Order: sequence, then structure tokens, then C-alpha cells
Amino acid sequence: MPSFVITEKCDGCKGGDKTACMYICPNDLMVLDPNDMKAYNQEPDQCWECFSCVKICPTQAIEVRGYADFVPLGSSIMPMMGTEDVMWTCKFRNGTIKRFKFPIRTTPEGQANAYTSLKGKDLDSNLLSTEEADGYSIVKPKALA
Amino acid sequence: MALPNKPKGELKAVRDPEVEEREVDILVVGGGMAACGTAFELKKWMSDDQSVLLVDKAAMERSGAVAQGLSAINTYIGSNSPDDYVRMVRNDLMGIVREDLIFDLGCHVDDSVHLFEEWGLPIWKKSEDGKNLDGKKGQKMGTLKGGATPVRTGKWQIMINGESYKRIVAEAAKLALGEDNILERVFIVELLLDKKNENQIAGAIGISVRENKVYLIKCKTMMVACGGAVNIYQPRSVGEGKGRAWYPVWNSGSTYYLCMKVGAELSMMENRFTPARFKDGYGPVGAWFLLFKAKALNGLGENYVGSAAAKAELENYAPYGTAAITPTCLRNHLMLFEMKAGRGPIIMDTVTALAEIGKTMDKKELKHLESEAWEDFLDMTCGQANLWCATNTEPEKKNSEIMPTEPYLLGSHSGCCGLWTSGPDYDWVPDAYKWGHNGKVYNRMTTVVGLFTSGDGVGCSGHKFSSGSHAEGRMAAKSMVRFVRDNKDYKPEVAISAKEAVDIAYKPVRTYLDNAAYTTADDINPAYMKPNGMMYRMMKATHEYGAGTATYYLTTSKNLEIVMELLQTMREDCEKLAAGDLHELMRAWEILHRIWTVESHLRHIQFRKETRYPGFYYQADYPQQDDANWFCFTNSKFDPKSQKWDTFKRDYIKIIPD
Ligand SMILES: Cc1cc2nc3c(=O)[nH]c(=O)nc-3n(C[C@H](O)[C@H](O)[C@H](O)COP(=O)(O)OP(=O)(O)OC[C@H]3O[C@@H](n4cnc5c(N)ncnc54)[C@H](O)[C@@H]3O)c2cc1C
Ligand code: SF4
Ligand code: SF4
Repeated sequence: MPSFVITEKCDGCKGGDKTACMYICPNDLMVLDPNDMKAYNQEPDQCWECFSCVKICPTQAIEVRGYADFVPLGSSIMPMMGTEDVMWTCKFRNGTIKRFKFPIRTTPEGQANAYTSLKGKDLDSNLLSTEEADGYSIVKPKALA
Repeated sequence: MALPNKPKGELKAVRDPEVEEREVDILVVGGGMAACGTAFELKKWMSDDQSVLLVDKAAMERSGAVAQGLSAINTYIGSNSPDDYVRMVRNDLMGIVREDLIFDLGCHVDDSVHLFEEWGLPIWKKSEDGKNLDGKKGQKMGTLKGGATPVRTGKWQIMINGESYKRIVAEAAKLALGEDNILERVFIVELLLDKKNENQIAGAIGISVRENKVYLIKCKTMMVACGGAVNIYQPRSVGEGKGRAWYPVWNSGSTYYLCMKVGAELSMMENRFTPARFKDGYGPVGAWFLLFKAKALNGLGENYVGSAAAKAELENYAPYGTAAITPTCLRNHLMLFEMKAGRGPIIMDTVTALAEIGKTMDKKELKHLESEAWEDFLDMTCGQANLWCATNTEPEKKNSEIMPTEPYLLGSHSGCCGLWTSGPDYDWVPDAYKWGHNGKVYNRMTTVVGLFTSGDGVGCSGHKFSSGSHAEGRMAAKSMVRFVRDNKDYKPEVAISAKEAVDIAYKPVRTYLDNAAYTTADDINPAYMKPNGMMYRMMKATHEYGAGTATYYLTTSKNLEIVMELLQTMREDCEKLAAGDLHELMRAWEILHRIWTVESHLRHIQFRKETRYPGFYYQADYPQQDDANWFCFTNSKFDPKSQKWDTFKRDYIKIIPD
């Protein structure tokens, strides 16, 4: 189900040196045509339909059209990313529309606790840093205890 | 630091790229679940004068298998015991696993899950009256670490709202390691051994996918965690749909290639994973079987799994086949049995399942149930949701077909191929399973000194999944820091110059530039082969001879001989791979990584003269399990000096009694 870019909506991420879709695609598929400054998927048959580019595009210029091999035309699914939830609109070929909202994270973005000031004490034990800090102790297989 | 992006069309590959040389104590290759675990843990143990670098071929925020999200964490021990975790994994993988590695993982995995929740991953909870609460509503029940009850689909899995799973985990990893110690869009092409110590890791060569630049990175120790391998077999959809493999199309077997090329021992590479999934869209079936209690029907509408014939067939694989949970490969085996007997297609009876659960529910609860069913796809296989929309499939009204996929190689899901690594240094771990350097044991070190792996890279211990891979990356991180401390005086030296590194990395570019003008069509040229063409050649060979879907996963000794010869010529022709731009250069390296990876897979199948995993593959000349001769690990080693392979047995030692 390859991604595609709607000509009208793509503004080439305003001509910056970093386009969002190109930044994110795990398979390096999104590129920018430098002449008209619009993005396109350079290898649609290597698209995993992961929607990473769709979710990140600031102008909602990217959508997905089902793989020609087995997906009939006429449907679409589109995510709207919020800070805490994602809202999906699923449009059926027969016109039915379903909407779903799911939580995506419970903390503000950028504030995951990376325990940057935590320093482990005993490098020779097999405890992970946070386990050591919590006073966890290593167990043996019960059968051998 | 993330590099600025440049458009592909603008940036053709040039003959002489820039070279950047780096030297660090610790190099992490990959940025997936395992590498994010490593990144989180490292600095907690490193001293201030030690240095580290992480390189990922993509953007960590959405790289690896968890890019689009997941709807479950498949390994959470909770109130179960690590002993039972070992028993479950052992049974699913037909008896031959490294119990030391699995037990060890089981002791640490929950700590990673607790961190995920703290970082903001929404985890479903049970309410006081036993109802399922999603990750947001469930917050009022407290955290898992604080004792709240997760929603279990099976004994080991817990449900999450995991659309942003990878973003959350990568965020913590990046913060912990520091942006300055991270290079995104760098693809590692080869590893380098030390000039003086012949079995010790000393560095790696990488290419930037964004600029004409080669990296020559020296290090004292290295983690290689590049996931598993996909697109080594022809996928079931061969046009645009080629991208819709179950496994993420961007993991190209680099873990196995990179490590095997410097002589690291591989283990159980014959083991593969051909999951049964919703047909074409490859959407997950786990929640349907476990959460919604749906049944699979054959073409005659029979619940074939419950038939007397199926029971009898499973008896043939006792004790595994008769255990409470049927091993993944045997479930496929039963399905293939129906399909081959003309009783296909196999249908997931979603209609009956939802009607059954619906009986006890009010309207609001029903609506929630529907949403859960859709979320399972939208959180991790969006394309399946679209396929349902395009075919007007509402699961409460219309059933869907399921089918086993093409084969993949991985070590963290329901498969166990990978590197042969040391276990932890405990007295109960057999001596044969722990090793290291200078008399010290280094957990998760491969057989090459200083070279570590985790996640899909560690062989013989499947069922780690996302959480276990993260935890294992952390376990290995601590080992690596210990290695650096213990080997202060080691000064890595590589045998090649920066210029030679470029010669290696940019060979496909030069082949292209030297020959492209000869013909009028870029892709067709007698002097070279484009990676795309090579991909089709490899897929055709493995599909037809290597137990691909073409033959219902069946191969024979003769077929294996043929495919080996074909792969040999492919490796020779890879000397003439050609790449005109940076994206194509990455594709050229990926295909080489894939060819070697699938060759090791087939070598192992050839060596193991039995059929250990019916349903994953069949060796027709040895159609049965043969415990008398093959209840052991099958390992292989490519010797970088002699350029020869060796395949041999290693003892299985049972640690946890039944
Ligand atoms: C479709 C699917 C569904 C799954 N569902 C679940 C689930 O519901 N619950 C669960 O717990 N687990 C699930 N898993 C398992 C889980 O995703 C894996 O166990 C886990 O991601 C493995 O971690 P890893 O780090 O080994 O590999 P990955 O997370 O895949 O990471 C590989 C990394 O290596 C990088 N890389 C690759 N090659 C190179 C190279 N040559 N140079 C530099 N970088 C490179 C990639 O960019 C990526 O960052 C699922 C897996 C798949 C494929
Ligand atoms: S992210 Fe959107 S706006 Fe930016 S270049 Fe890509 S398609 Fe265009
Ligand atoms: S859907 Fe995923 S794989 Fe396809 S182009 Fe977008 S980011 Fe890349």
C-alpha cells in the first residue's frame, strides 16, 4: 500500500534543508524533487505502509493508496496525530465511515525520564542500573535453588 | 546528530566520497528496540572518559520493527516465573534452546516494561471489577511496577496502546546517550577485525545515505543489533505489494552478515519464521485467537484444529505437540495439511467470535470491542485496516482469510536463529555456555572478542519480543562497559587505510560510473548488475529451491545442492553490483547482506538432517524429527582467513527440568 504525495498540499517543508517525510521514512523512500520542491515515494514497491511519513507530514500531504496487487480502489485510512491521542478515519469502499481514537502517550513529548543522573555502583554484578537502584536481587532458577 | 536531508535526484553518488574517521570505546550498530536498550543503559556505567557512538541506517524515532507501533508487549513475566518462561519458549521451539539466555532475560525484562510505562507508553489495566481499561483510563489503577494488573491476552502478553511505542523508547534512548553520540542515516557495510589480534573486533565501515561520505570507525567493543532478515524469499505479493511483507522490509540481515563475515559463530540458522497472518494485509492474528477467542475454519467450515486427525498429528510431535500451547510451527503445519489436502482456504471466523463475546455486552461495550479489534491493526499493521475498508469487511459481519507468509529470519519473535553468544556468569550456567576474554565472562558476547549482539541477533532464545530485546540490549551494554574497563590497554588497529575503506564501500558506485555510459538503458548493462535485479534473482532461487512458498516450504537435498550453486554465482556476480545514487548504494549492500544471510540459513538446513520445525520448513529426504542424532544445536562459522565455512554440532544442555 504505497504512500503518495498530493501535489497541491506538499510545500516541500517550506524549502528547509530537512523535509519531515524524508527524515522519518525507515526505508529511505521519500525524496524531494528539487525542481518543483515536492516530495515523492521513490520506490513504492518497497513501502511497508507504516504510515510514518503520513503521520509526520505537517501539511497532511501524504496519503496511502492500497497496493495494486490486491487492494480494490475507493477506501482510505487517515490518522490525525495529537499529543496524547491518534484519531483514525477509516473510509470503506462502500462509503461507510468509522472513526477511532486511541491514546498514544501519557507523558508530554520530550520528557521521558532517561535517568541521566543515575550512576550504577557495581559494574561486576548482573543487575541493570534501575534494578540496582530499586534494590532488586538476582534470582536463580527455582528448580536449582 | 541527525544529518540534514538532501534529495536523491540531486545527490548522485560520486567516485571519491569524503571519509570521516572516528575512534570510540563503544560502537552501537542499529537503533531498534535492542540498541535503544543499550543506549539507555550505557552511560549509567561508563566513566566520563569513555566514548560511545550509535549509528542507525534510519531515524531512531521510527526505525526497526516497531516503526509503526505495536498493540501488545509480548513478554512480561509479572506474576509468572522465569522458570516457566523458559519452559514455554523451549516448547514452542521444539526443545532446543539456550535456557541460560532465556532465564537470564526473564529476570530482567519486566524492568524495561516498567520503564516504558514511566516514559509514557499507555498500558491496559484491569479495573477492580475485572473490566479492560485502555492505557489512558487505566492510569487510575496505578502502574505495573506499583502492582496494577495488566490485561493479559495469553500468559505472557499484555495489551498496550502502542502507536508511539518506538518514539517513546527512542526518546529515552536519545536523551540517555546524547544526540551528539548518534549518527542517523549511516548504514554499516562491513566490520573490521583487529590487525594484531585475529579474532578481536576493532571497527566498522559505514556509508552515509544522505551525503557522499564513508565512515571508518574504530572501537574497542561493538554491539550489532540490526534486527532480522526479510525479502530473502519471494513474498506472496510480487508487484507493488512486495513491500507488504509481515516483517519490516528494511531489516536486511545485516546482523548476521556483519558478524558472520568476521568469523562469529552462528547458531540455529535453519530456524525461520513463517507466521500465519490475515491474507495479503498480513495483519496480526494473536488478539483474534487469544483476546476474541476466534476459531480458524477450513474451507469446509470445520474447526480443523479440534479434529481427531489434528490431535493424532500433534501426538506425533509429543511432548511439544501435546503441550497446553501448540508450538507456532505445528499450528502452521496443521494449516498447511488442510490446504494441501484441498480443504483450504483457511478462514478466521471473526463473525462468530464477536457475536459470542457480544452476548454479554451492552451497546457501549460492543462499540468498545469493535474499536479494540480495529486498534489491533491500526497500531501495528495499518495496511490491513485499509484492506478491510477496501473489501468492505466489517469483522462482525464478514470473515477473513488467513495464510502463512513467506519465510523470515529472526531471533527475537517466534524464531531463534542468530549468533552463538555467551550466557551470564552464574555458577548454574554450564561452562560450555559462558566465555569471554582473558578469563572473564562477558554476557551476550559472540565468539569474536569484543563483539556483542542482542534482540534478533542472539540465537537459540526466541520469544523475547520488543520488551525482551530492549532488556537484552541493556544487559549486553553492561557487559560491554565491563569489557572496556577490563581491556584499558587495548588499542584497536584496523588492517585497512581510509582509502581502502572507500574502495570497499564505494565499489558499486565505481562499477556504475565506469560502465554506465556503455548502454542506453541504465539498468541493463553486461558489465554490471543493479541491486534490484539481483534481488529478483535471489528471491527466485530461494523461492523455488530453498523451501519457499512455491513448494509449501518443502525442500530436498538435491534442491539444496542446486540453490547453493546458484547462491555461489550470485555472490560472484555481487562483485559487479552497481549503484548510481546513495539510495541504490544502500540497496546494493543490503542485497549482499541478504544473500549471505539466506545462504547461511540454507547451509544449516542442509546440515541438519531432520525436519525439526514442520510447518516452518520440510526437508523431504529427512521428513521426521530425529532426536537420536539431532537433539543439539547446529552451528556454523565462516573463517575470514581461509574464506571457508564450517558447520558443526554443539551440545544442548537442559537446565530447567520439565
Ligand atoms: C510485524 C511485527 C510485529 C511484532 N509484534 C510484536 C508485538 O505485538 N509485541 C512485541 O512485544 N513484539 C512484537 N514484535 C517483535 C519486536 O518488534 C522485535 O522483537 C524487536 O523489535 C527486535 O528488536 P531489534 O533491536 O533486534 O530489531 P529492530 O527493532 O528491528 O531494530 C533493527 C535496527 O537496526 C537498524 N539497522 C538495520 N541494518 C542496519 C545497518 N546495516 N546499519 C545500521 N543500522 C541498521 C534499523 O534501522 C533498526 O534501527 C513484532 C515484530 C514484527 C516484525
Ligand atoms: S513532509 Fe509533507 S510537506 Fe514536507 S516534503 Fe514531505 S510531503 Fe511535502
Ligand atoms: S509509509 Fe512508511 S515505508 Fe512507506 S514511504 Fe511512508 S514512511 Fe516510508
